[in-house]
Amino acid sequence: MEDKILLAHGSGGRLAHDLVAKSFVKTLANPLLDKLDDSAVFEVSGRLAFTTDSYVVSPIFFPGGDIGKLAVCGTVNDLAMSGAKPLYLSLAFIIEEGFLLSELEKIVNSVQKAADEAGVEIVTGDTKVVPRGSADKLFINTAGVGVIPDGVDIGGDKAQVGDKVILNGAIGDHGIAVMSQREGLSFATTLKSDCAPLGGLVAEMLDASQNINCLRDPTRGGLATTLNELASQSKVSIRIEEKDIPVREAVLGACEMLGFDPLYVANEGKLVAIVPPGDADKVLKAMKNNKYGKDAVIIGEVAAKPAGRVVMKTVLGAHRIVDMLVGDLLPRIC
Amino acid sequence: MCLAIPVLIKSIEDKEAEAEIGGITRRISLWLTPEARVGDYVLVHTGYAINVLDQGQAEETLALLREIAEAEEAG
Amino acid sequence: MKYITEFRRSELAQGLISHIRHSSKTPARFMEFCGGHTVTIFRYGIRQVLPRNIEMVSGPGCPICVTANADLDKAIALAQIPGVIIATFGDMLKVPGSRSSLQKIKADGAEVMTVYSTMDALKIAADNPDKPVVFLGIGFETTAPTVAASILQAEERGIKNYYVLSLHKLCPPVIRTLLDAGEVELQGLVCPGHVSTIIGSHPWEFIANEYGIPCVISGFEPLDVLQCVDMLVGQVEKGESKVEIAYRRGVRPEGNRQALKLMEQVFEPCPANWRGIGEVAGSGLKLREKYRRFDAEANFAIKPGPVVEPAGCICGDILRGVKTPADCPLFGRVCLPESPVGPCMVSSEGSCSAYYLYGEGRGG
Repeated sequence: MEDKILLAHGSGGRLAHDLVAKSFVKTLANPLLDKLDDSAVFEVSGRLAFTTDSYVVSPIFFPGGDIGKLAVCGTVNDLAMSGAKPLYLSLAFIIEEGFLLSELEKIVNSVQKAADEAGVEIVTGDTKVVPRGSADKLFINTAGVGVIPDGVDIGGDKAQVGDKVILNGAIGDHGIAVMSQREGLSFATTLKSDCAPLGGLVAEMLDASQNINCLRDPTRGGLATTLNELASQSKVSIRIEEKDIPVREAVLGACEMLGFDPLYVANEGKLVAIVPPGDADKVLKAMKNNKYGKDAVIIGEVAAKPAGRVVMKTVLGAHRIVDMLVGDLLPRIC
Repeated sequence: MCLAIPVLIKSIEDKEAEAEIGGITRRISLWLTPEARVGDYVLVHTGYAINVLDQGQAEETLALLREIAEAEEAG
Repeated sequence: MKYITEFRRSELAQGLISHIRHSSKTPARFMEFCGGHTVTIFRYGIRQVLPRNIEMVSGPGCPICVTANADLDKAIALAQIPGVIIATFGDMLKVPGSRSSLQKIKADGAEVMTVYSTMDALKIAADNPDKPVVFLGIGFETTAPTVAASILQAEERGIKNYYVLSLHKLCPPVIRTLLDAGEVELQGLVCPGHVSTIIGSHPWEFIANEYGIPCVISGFEPLDVLQCVDMLVGQVEKGESKVEIAYRRGVRPEGNRQALKLMEQVFEPCPANWRGIGEVAGSGLKLREKYRRFDAEANFAIKPGPVVEPAGCICGDILRGVKTPADCPLFGRVCLPESPVGPCMVSSEGSCSAYYLYGEGRGG
């Protein structure tokens, strides 16, 4: 086999078939994928959750993961945020001509490992190769399907006044871990991305309580953006306390250095749950029993006003608005 | 004015240093603070150390603030 | 984190707030000159915890905000010269000039690179010996010495394609101009912390001696700013006016001699144009004759075109402390962080940006 991806690998011919057989199917093996039909055919009953995502992270390898792991976890988490049990994923690669086969194999292995942990199967896929310069190394597109158990009714517009807001752990790890690898922002850190599949955590939370109102994962735009979205959709106010929000020292240090606010830095293994006050303790307890929820904490609550806004109590006891992220995070000088 | 943060000098090579804050390490320039030594905390602005932080003064300031806080609580 | 977390402690803050409330009887208006202080004040909600008789007003200490359109246009024109790589601090990217912005021309293909430090700019120059690399020198006395150091390093390393467009400005002269204009009456000045790290405390003495205004040099953590206000209140209540250093761990009365030496070696004062204020004598820095070969103004034919000021923008009034963002008809309606009309909304330390992000003037 060649050591680099060629245009021919995406053409559907012998080279393409070999690539699919030897790189993808062999690693991701499952009965549906092995059939290699044009569509994967399966039966599910119940309400379906269906999502799609594209992954263009740069660099494609970063501390704590790579674009493959991210693709699986991101898709699985979108399904989990509807309360669904994630089942099947599609996986489409758009590969730049000249991409190293060895790197592709690493990524496919990551996909398989992540899919295994998440309990999902990659059942259908596609491969395209584009000329050098037409794509930045590798882009991945996914779609995912899951089933929502009966009685579970979760939505961004369902937060109620008095509900508690729960976060499963420290924020900002992923964004800083990725940034640490980029040129131009040069610093070394042992921090890892928090990239993780949260389907299992969500299932345990739903076991503890059928009354969870909202679930959302704070990815691009960070915790602040997600809380603003929920406040807006539910037409409520979300009030949080600065001192309660967990942030690792390394993330704080990097944010100080670059002039970022951890509230706006991306996460890939975090979720926010909005839960009626009577259920908050049991949901919290269930979360703490799970690998991805052991640092779970209540960070605030839902109030009526000012509707659509997130308000934070600072360490001085004063209140200020936390807006959603506008544009990109730019380093400050002064 | 101007974002400058306190970092710890871990090693020095000629006029540059490896500096650390919260576990993040970064290369900085000591062109403006030739007196800086390994183990010093320096204020870094756009990659250059602009000052060696005075530990004694920091402690005095905090002690003063503690005094004020205690007096306010008592009074 | 050392030197950071200790200066954010809630119980020490409560002590200071309480002391300020007890001691402050006289109505007082304090100006925080520096954009960094504006951010701390808004981010922690300091205005909310101060007694009603103290009013805080923001000054023009945001180097991005006070860069005149004419100067921005120069930077944009430079970026449009084929083959030129512009290296700039990130904040400059989105500031609107007369017709465009660095971000817009970057999207059109101009080579504009965001850097965190002049060290990065030097590296870009070293890695691209066939292309001129121009660093946009923005910033006050805190930043100018670092740019001076970069020019000396370029000289040392024989880097022949590194240039600086010096838009640097000095703080004390513009404060004199503001006070002479008499538009805002001040009972105290929160003096810039890191500018003072470089220039020391003596350059501020004229403010206390000639204008009778208390001055306290402040750090940037919430406890620093509260301590500074507490010390200003102390002077006001005693009828004193002098320069005090609250930020003792970061500022010495004599400043940073080495930084001053390098700054004076490479730069000399010149007139500078401050947005909203106009030309202020001796408030800018230009490269000395000896370093002409590094001066972008001397080495490139810069054709910026006619200057157009944004209609309706009152950034100038806001920078002089005469109006607040809430007074601006464009604020929050047309002028937004994602579509800024003036620089005060773009810069992460501009008044309008702070007002908008932290909720004041929006019923927050």
